[in-house]
Amino acid sequence: MAAKIAYADVEVGTELPPASFPVDRATLVRYAGASGDFNPIHWNEKFAVEVGLPDVIAHGMFTMAEAIRVVTDWVGDPGAVVEYGVRFTRPVVVPNDDKGAVIEVSGKVAALLDDNRVRVDLTATCAGQKVLGMSRAVVRLA
Amino acid sequence: MALDQSFVGRTYPPTAPYEVGREKIREFAEAVGDANPVYTDRDAAAALGHAEVIAPPTFVFAITFAAAGDVVRDPQLGLDYSRVVHGDQKFAYRRPVRAGDRLTVTSTIESIKSLAGNDVIDVRGEVHDEDGEHVVTAWTKLVARAAEEA
Repeated sequence: MAAKIAYADVEVGTELPPASFPVDRATLVRYAGASGDFNPIHWNEKFAVEVGLPDVIAHGMFTMAEAIRVVTDWVGDPGAVVEYGVRFTRPVVVPNDDKGAVIEVSGKVAALLDDNRVRVDLTATCAGQKVLGMSRAVVRLA
Repeated sequence: MALDQSFVGRTYPPTAPYEVGREKIREFAEAVGDANPVYTDRDAAAALGHAEVIAPPTFVFAITFAAAGDVVRDPQLGLDYSRVVHGDQKFAYRRPVRAGDRLTVTSTIESIKSLAGNDVIDVRGEVHDEDGEHVVTAWTKLVARAAEEA
């Protein structure tokens, strides 16, 4: 498509601009509506605690959606993403206060592939702990 | 009790078409705080070579997860859906999802395992447009946590 990063300009180890994504209870309510995932563990503290969670947690798919933004913001065209996968290793706990939580995402080029494609490995943390594992995207560059 | 291995390889009929709406894409992009104009502005999308506004990469999950849910709630399978958590998620895109797409999902159970008392089920969803062209494949790993001892 129309990636703004050229394959010739990257190498293994090239770092993507990192980003921070805040999430609070209002974010989760909005995401629940937009995604159709109304599981009460994402908005009802009483329910979350009853099923053994420390508090309300963010949708794993919300974290996944934020993490890929480091790639799509870098490459410009989200249509350039060819593959994207994650493992949900740890929940993002979202307290009901005026701060909520912050998801920190960084990424770097891990492999150069054929057809102008590269593999980007992403790291997503919250409160210093990794929340996604095996978070990888394949993206086609210009 | 271990789940029935005969469900491995079972493919379910395609879902009813889901029509991807421009405003639904906008709502999703706003919910994840993503201001990329390719999600909301047809001219911006056209400048990148897209015929319509496109959806963020994970948007399609709403469609594939609903389809996977129908599979794992199959009463014959006997999975305790109230104990299910999302383990892994992966997508392979042929092209981005775009406004106006009418998408169907064909789900297949790829594997069923029992690990440390948890039931682990992998579902593949093949997403096609109304012309029958492949758009994206979604792999969803669901883990039904073992019931705690009383």
